[in-house]
Amino acid sequence: MANMAQSIRMALHYAETNYELKDIFGQDVGMPLGGVFTATQGLKTTWNSTLDERGIIGMAMGIAMAGDRCVAEIQFADYIFNTIDLLKIAGNTLWCTNGQYNLPMTVMTPVGAGIRGSVYHSHSFDAWASRLAGWKVVMPSNPLDAYGLLLSCIKDPNPCMFLKPKALMRVRGEELIPGEPQDEKDLKNMIDAPIGDRSKWKAQWPKLEEYLVPFGKAKITRTGEQITVISYGRHLLLCNEVADQLKQEGYSVEVIDLRSIYPYDWQAIKASVEKTGRVLFVNEDTEVTNFAEHLSYRVTTELFYHLMAAPRVLAGKNVPGIGLHPNLEDSSVPQKHEIESLIRQICAEVP
Amino acid sequence: MASKQQFGGLDKKLLIQMYEHMVKSRVLEERLIKIYRAGESYFWIGGPGEEAWGVPLGMLGKKGQGPAYDFYHLHYRCTPTLIAMGLSMLDSVRLMMNRATDPSTGGRNFSNHYVIPKWNIAPVTSPLEVQYPIACGTAHVQKRLGKKSLTVVTGGDAGTAEGDFASSLILASRKGQELPMLITVQNNKWGISTSYEGQHGETTIADRAKAFNIRAQVINGNDPVESYLAIEESMEYIRKTGKPAFIEAHVSRLYGHSSASGANPVQNEVDPVKEFEKKLLKAEIIKPKDVKELWEKFEAEGVKAAEQARSEPVPTADSVWDHTYVGSENADWRNF
Ligand SMILES: Cc1ncc(C[n+]2csc(CCOP(=O)(O)OP(=O)(O)O)c2C)c(N)n1
Repeated sequence: MANMAQSIRMALHYAETNYELKDIFGQDVGMPLGGVFTATQGLKTTWNSTLDERGIIGMAMGIAMAGDRCVAEIQFADYIFNTIDLLKIAGNTLWCTNGQYNLPMTVMTPVGAGIRGSVYHSHSFDAWASRLAGWKVVMPSNPLDAYGLLLSCIKDPNPCMFLKPKALMRVRGEELIPGEPQDEKDLKNMIDAPIGDRSKWKAQWPKLEEYLVPFGKAKITRTGEQITVISYGRHLLLCNEVADQLKQEGYSVEVIDLRSIYPYDWQAIKASVEKTGRVLFVNEDTEVTNFAEHLSYRVTTELFYHLMAAPRVLAGKNVPGIGLHPNLEDSSVPQKHEIESLIRQICAEVP
Repeated sequence: MASKQQFGGLDKKLLIQMYEHMVKSRVLEERLIKIYRAGESYFWIGGPGEEAWGVPLGMLGKKGQGPAYDFYHLHYRCTPTLIAMGLSMLDSVRLMMNRATDPSTGGRNFSNHYVIPKWNIAPVTSPLEVQYPIACGTAHVQKRLGKKSLTVVTGGDAGTAEGDFASSLILASRKGQELPMLITVQNNKWGISTSYEGQHGETTIADRAKAFNIRAQVINGNDPVESYLAIEESMEYIRKTGKPAFIEAHVSRLYGHSSASGANPVQNEVDPVKEFEKKLLKAEIIKPKDVKELWEKFEAEGVKAAEQARSEPVPTADSVWDHTYVGSENADWRNF
């Protein structure tokens, strides 16, 4: 099975070949490195940008304005913050021009903790991104979704933000990407750049097929009756694990992978919470004005009479940074044991 | 009778055309200010004093839609450029009066924040200087296309302190990856109330472009002939070499920064329209009678445009979600 870095690479190759994607660029995105997480190795249209995030986003907007499709990378989401007004403009251009200029651009950027990345390689961006009106924002939890969501982003005529959970870049999926060889060693030989001299190396791409994960479509990853747990990205996998563990004890936990942060799948949330009456939202962005607070607010106001317990949000602590020492990181980013104890707590609550 | 050389060799017809555009742009801006004063709009910002620079800039581009034509990434003082390209007074007034019929923004944005895709006029947006790196993107696509089209970007002098200005100089000048761009700065010596001297250590802004090996010059942007020749020559250079060029044009700011500072006429700056008019009269290229008639004609056009726009519909409250996404695909979470 492909890992997420490989699946992103394959999606980009598919888009270069089939969607007229003409520019994939960012810091160290071109060869010989092919991206700090290797997600852009061996592609036709990659190039190294200058070390200038505003230059990268500005250029992407101009390329899109001229009618070409591009994927721009910000090397780490920690460094996207100085582009926030450009991101706002990218999101409001169609609206401000009364429908006259659309920007078919995708920005991808690695997010989140989990690799001991300390203060400036651990930031999340999902809550921030949810405030960028005019953008579509997605975050995959597995390689197949990464492939399908990235293709949806590139195909879409609006600005799209593809958040890559950096701790999952080497994690393999459970499903093959359509066209991917059965044996992961074959895939590696075909599309992973060799160590050492790469000047003569060329990727051998498998015959990939189109696979789209639509925006605003969540996926139920565990079915259950007692409580709904809603997450995305790296924490979705933790929620799955906790659900499986608690199943041994007789808990019935439904887990939803939101996949799309905006637009989001309210119908999936609603159907599940109406059934379970209990809900926990989990993500690792900081907790104050967290995106899940919006969802939790909505559950409270629209599904109030279905609720058996107060909705909860488990998110990153509202501290200025994620410290390097594991004691610091682990006490600011949601951990498995916290998910577990909150699920127990919510399930024990009676009106 | 003046010699042709006095006007840089430009022919009479062209001189008259420039002059007419300059007068039209001035009359239009003054009409917009009157609309503001009458309480029929919320804000005015514009380009009276920049006509001698802006008009030739609009006349010289390869006008059309898409990367085979020139792109213009303008700021909020570029009425003269658009008048020269064919903008009607009515469409400018519609924008000023935030009518639904405003073809730029449908009543969503400030005066002179133009958007005209059919002439590659990129959306004018309020945040200063963001147009500079965005312009690099359209130039990048033009370079790939190879049709000798170019990208123009304009902005004020104070705004060059933003990092985006430097971003564009760097992106446009990388060796072997140079971009076909005419990067310009309209230096009116002011950033709202802060003087040029208060913000700059460099001798000229153009020196910054020179540091990136970009061919750069400083011109008197209050002289339409000097502007015309410099822009024409720079555009030829860009189309021929595929490399960027830079112009710092010194211009006037004749009504202060915006309506926020009163939009009152200032007395101590060169009026490029009046100066050019005087020269043309002296050279007998135009007659006093023509001058009077021209100003009156545009004045009447402005009045009529305001009357017309006044009668037109305004945006409806329920249109607020329109165009959040392409095709007005639902973006309202209440309906997800
Ligand atoms: C990024 C940003 N900061 C501040 C402002 C507020 N502002 C509007 S115009 C202006 C001065 C601009 O001066 P200059 O760049 O010289 O252009 P001019 O208005 O003189 O043509 C300022 C500070 C803004 N629009 N954008």
